[in-house]
Amino acid sequence: MTDLAPPSLRASSAVGATLRHARYVISENPVTGVAFGLFVLIVLAALLGPSLVPYDPLASNTDAALKPPSVRHWFGTDQLGRDVFSRVIVAAQLDFFIAVTSVALVFVMGGLAGVAAGFFGGWADRIVGRTADTIMAFPLFVLAMGIVAALGNTVQNIILATAIVNFPLYARVARAEANVRREAGFVLAARLSGNGELRILLTQILPNIMPIMIVQMSLTMGSAILNAAGLSFIGLGVRPPTAEWGIMVAEGAAFMVSGEWWIAFFPGAALMTAVFCFNLLGDGLRDIVDPQRRT
Amino acid sequence: MTAIPLLDVRDLTVEFTTRRGIVRAVERINITIAKGETVGIVGESGSGKSVTSYAVMRILDRAGRIAEGSVVFSSIDVASANEDAMRDLRGREISMIFQNPRAALNPIRKVGRQIEDVLLEHVQATHMDATQKAIELLAQVRIARPRERYHAYPFELSGGMCQRVVIALALACQPQLLIADEPTTGLDVTTQKVVMDLIAELTRERGMSTILITHDLGLAATYCDRVTVMEKGRVVETASARSIFTTPVHRYTRKLMRATPRAGVSLCDLLPEEDAAPATATVAKLAPKENRAPLLVLQKLVKEYPRKGLDGFGGVLMKFVRRGPAPESDMFRAVDGVSLTVRRGESVGLVGESGCGKSTTSAMVMRLMDKSAGTILFDGEDIGEIPPKEFAKLPMCKRIQMVFQDPTDSLNPRFTAARAIADPILRLSEIKGRDAVRARCEELARQVGLPLDLLDRFPHQLSGGQKARVGIARAIALYPELVILDEPTAALDVSVQAVVLNLLQDLKQSLGMSYLFVSHDLNVVRLLCERVLVMRAGKIVEQGPTERVLVAPEAQYTRDLLAAIPQPNFGPGRAMPERLAATP
Amino acid sequence: MPNLAGKFMLRMGLKRLLMAVPSLVGVVIVTFLLTRALPGDPAAYFAGPAATKEAIEQIRVNLGLDKPLIVQFGRYVGDLTRGDLGNSLTTGQPVGKEIRERLPASAELTLLGLILSISIAVPLGILAATRPGSLIDHACRVLATAGVSLPVFFTGLILVYVFYYLLGWAPAPLGRLDVFYSPPPQVTGFYLIDSAIAGDGEVFLASLKQLILPVATLGIFSLAPIARMTRASMLAVLASDFVRTARASGLAPYTVIVTYAFRNAMIPVVTTLGMVFSFLLGANVLVEKVFAWPGIGSFAVEALIASDFAPVQGFVLTMAVMYVALNLLIDILYGLIDPRVRIEA
Repeated sequence: MTDLAPPSLRASSAVGATLRHARYVISENPVTGVAFGLFVLIVLAALLGPSLVPYDPLASNTDAALKPPSVRHWFGTDQLGRDVFSRVIVAAQLDFFIAVTSVALVFVMGGLAGVAAGFFGGWADRIVGRTADTIMAFPLFVLAMGIVAALGNTVQNIILATAIVNFPLYARVARAEANVRREAGFVLAARLSGNGELRILLTQILPNIMPIMIVQMSLTMGSAILNAAGLSFIGLGVRPPTAEWGIMVAEGAAFMVSGEWWIAFFPGAALMTAVFCFNLLGDGLRDIVDPQRRT
Repeated sequence: MTAIPLLDVRDLTVEFTTRRGIVRAVERINITIAKGETVGIVGESGSGKSVTSYAVMRILDRAGRIAEGSVVFSSIDVASANEDAMRDLRGREISMIFQNPRAALNPIRKVGRQIEDVLLEHVQATHMDATQKAIELLAQVRIARPRERYHAYPFELSGGMCQRVVIALALACQPQLLIADEPTTGLDVTTQKVVMDLIAELTRERGMSTILITHDLGLAATYCDRVTVMEKGRVVETASARSIFTTPVHRYTRKLMRATPRAGVSLCDLLPEEDAAPATATVAKLAPKENRAPLLVLQKLVKEYPRKGLDGFGGVLMKFVRRGPAPESDMFRAVDGVSLTVRRGESVGLVGESGCGKSTTSAMVMRLMDKSAGTILFDGEDIGEIPPKEFAKLPMCKRIQMVFQDPTDSLNPRFTAARAIADPILRLSEIKGRDAVRARCEELARQVGLPLDLLDRFPHQLSGGQKARVGIARAIALYPELVILDEPTAALDVSVQAVVLNLLQDLKQSLGMSYLFVSHDLNVVRLLCERVLVMRAGKIVEQGPTERVLVAPEAQYTRDLLAAIPQPNFGPGRAMPERLAATP
Repeated sequence: MPNLAGKFMLRMGLKRLLMAVPSLVGVVIVTFLLTRALPGDPAAYFAGPAATKEAIEQIRVNLGLDKPLIVQFGRYVGDLTRGDLGNSLTTGQPVGKEIRERLPASAELTLLGLILSISIAVPLGILAATRPGSLIDHACRVLATAGVSLPVFFTGLILVYVFYYLLGWAPAPLGRLDVFYSPPPQVTGFYLIDSAIAGDGEVFLASLKQLILPVATLGIFSLAPIARMTRASMLAVLASDFVRTARASGLAPYTVIVTYAFRNAMIPVVTTLGMVFSFLLGANVLVEKVFAWPGIGSFAVEALIASDFAPVQGFVLTMAVMYVALNLLIDILYGLIDPRVRIEA
């Protein structure tokens, strides 16, 4: 007696279905595909860039200072004669590193705290809620400024500050999702089937929340980079001569007024492109995960 | 000589553009409505009945359009009329009322003002007298103290009152045709009757034609002159209400007719003729085994909640801010002293309307929720004191299981059907090893009539009936002694419900289980349960053998419930709905 | 009936006020901790990099840093209630005074930026939602996604480059007024209002000219989230049951869109405004740096560079208190629009 199910059904799994849906969404919305391609490019630049750039990003050469973009220097040179192109590419690594680390940190902190609050309720909910509310009482960038100023002017503290100010958002999303599912029929059924609370949290709740959290992550990557760049722009965290997009824009700002636009423009444009691409990716991921929430 | 019909729909085809291409929601349907007539359109989900009415009013989604056919209303060609002309018609000549009445009203606008908007738009009132006319309309739909209720917001009104407001909106400009799209779905049974009687009376008074769209054949037969039955976008039969009900012709109509639970039929009668099993026992009348103790005993079970808004920090603040003494009761009793018994092999029904506390009771028995007071004895053991978290770890948990109401909600979207059924086996039984577990899953699937190749599908790939079977398979996986069924067929189509109910009965007999069947539907309970308890506002108002309670009820509330079930009466002279007192 | 509504409003206002108290308490505690959480010696921070050992000791005693934490906190709160936020090292002035003087500059900028962005974003969002698939819809969506990607300091610089350097239309980004003019007599601190009150047309125009670019920068920045939320909210409301009822009742398109859809759609938008304010207050700091605007943001940034710590603390505290007050206003506004929140158990 043969199994009459068609092969596609037998091979069907959650991952397979998601991939097919992903392919469909990308074909419907080519912008997502473009965003994904750009994302890959940025990752490559971040990983391989520093070894491939034509010039040493820190090497100054006052003879060649303030030269506009040319064949030799694609993005021109800055006031110290450093090649802007090389610096922009190298800065990709630092900014990317800051963004990924802070997002990963807040994903773990905020995600777990939020899930615990949403699922167990009680005092876990109250503590997480109070913490999130206290952080949210501050304008977030201002709080980040305060934290970095208080703890010290280092890159680690930028990462910590960015993670802290994003904590409420993650905690809220995770809490809301866990809360919705806490009383869902299948969770009640799982209890009746003899699953303990912790097991339910790990096997039933978390896998259902993951997709939404991942979307959240890609959406906040962009703002994490902007946050870090903003802090660097006002002189916090990154110090010269380190190449970082925000500080490069700050250094080039004075020259904007006198016409040497390329020093600030290219790092700023790179910032913009990276953030734009992350946002598009986040939107696309959200469409893949939950078509009802499409904007 | 036939009069020109008020509404003449011919060969209507409506198409929707979807991701998967063009879908025909309705295909070549014909409906005519004469002046003053009430016509019912009956069908299950996906039959296209709502789409038809949206097409008549031209309020289809952006993705839909009238592809073929004609719709002529009072000699106006609706299909090709321009938008201005349609806007004129809507609300003034043709009106519609929808299901879920509270959502159908603007939540931040006073209901009186909403009625005024319609009156002013169609120039049925001036700014001077609009308010007065709105209040009069509210009075006509039997809303008490209409002058006060004018200023109410929808969230302050009950579901029944909201529906009356929607009816007032629809009838404000004295339209010729009223389309009622499942107007009673989601309302309590007693409210349903009141609303339907109101619609019937008002439309009869004004000589209006009505289209009643519903999935309930009994409802249609009670209130309509003629009935059209639709299946999958096509009309399968049109006849007078009496003919449809007493002598249905088409195979599908007969299937629907048979599947509708009603007085005087047995379970296997619900199934289509070709599937009806050979006459097994109808409702098993097992002699109660007096020498063995009852399986489940509830004594004076109570569940209390603090009133909304008074818990936590807010509550502490309110105590400071409040000026006078606290109101008598800060606690709300969802379950107020419920006592019941379920014997082995017995099926007991727990019936009541929404909010009566039946689901809370079943949750407490199932140990999903803590009780506030009272005793719960299972097979002589007190399980009421065991906290919910502990209960899951006890072997006792194997002996009580539950089938949930919403099949979609009760299945983990990331588990296949097999994994969902296997969950209790993996956690609580001694069966170990992938093959053994799989074998058991397949055996269970066979028992519930779930085709084996569906075991590896995900919930979103299964139909409602298939999901229900998965839920049942999961519940019986450990061969429990007591199964609590919380409205297990409420979300299912009538024909699917018939099959599932038969399945439940077969399983009960072959596995020797006891059922506690929680439902709002008296007809369903009648088919499956030997004893029934009627619950209201947290208390049991009546209990006894099903036949006795449903034929000769003692409590007034039970009588009200029974009276609210639509009873088609095809004797000489249709029964007119009684004059109703205004609801407070 | 109106009397009843009035009583509700009062109760609701009081309740909201009470709810804001824990936030304020949290803010004060956090700012206190931030200063005491400094790695190393807080006294050294407050004394500044050039201080001698005796000066540091003096500061330590002055600030009570040798006392237990609770006592310090008490002193801190006491100082706050008197408006004493410490002194700035670089200027020698009390921080509170400086902040009071500079606040109107920042406020004028932020408020005008917000007004600009709302007046563009809301109509854009509504148009995009009522004409799905059209050019406006696509433009709105692109704008919304691109807008949140623009670093606000970058936008400012580009605007300066294009409109000042290349086109010469805008004045140099050198603050609130060109050197030739003197500020109008102080009434509110808002140059536009004060010059209008004084009837001084020239100064009014001059201040306006200086305001254009920074306000545009802030406006562009906050345009995107508001447009995005308006569009999404309108779309959701237009698909809701009660709009279907309104259409089925034959109500005119204007009534359906404005009276029924828009008012309901604005509810989530008002809630979003709180978040937008948070971003704006942060962006303010960056814009003030680009345009050399003498507001409290640049005050804090200058202090940071000079390792002058008291102004930074005062700045964070002021911004937070303002933000709590703003959120309170938004909550009350929300209650005005949505009757469901007004009437509670």
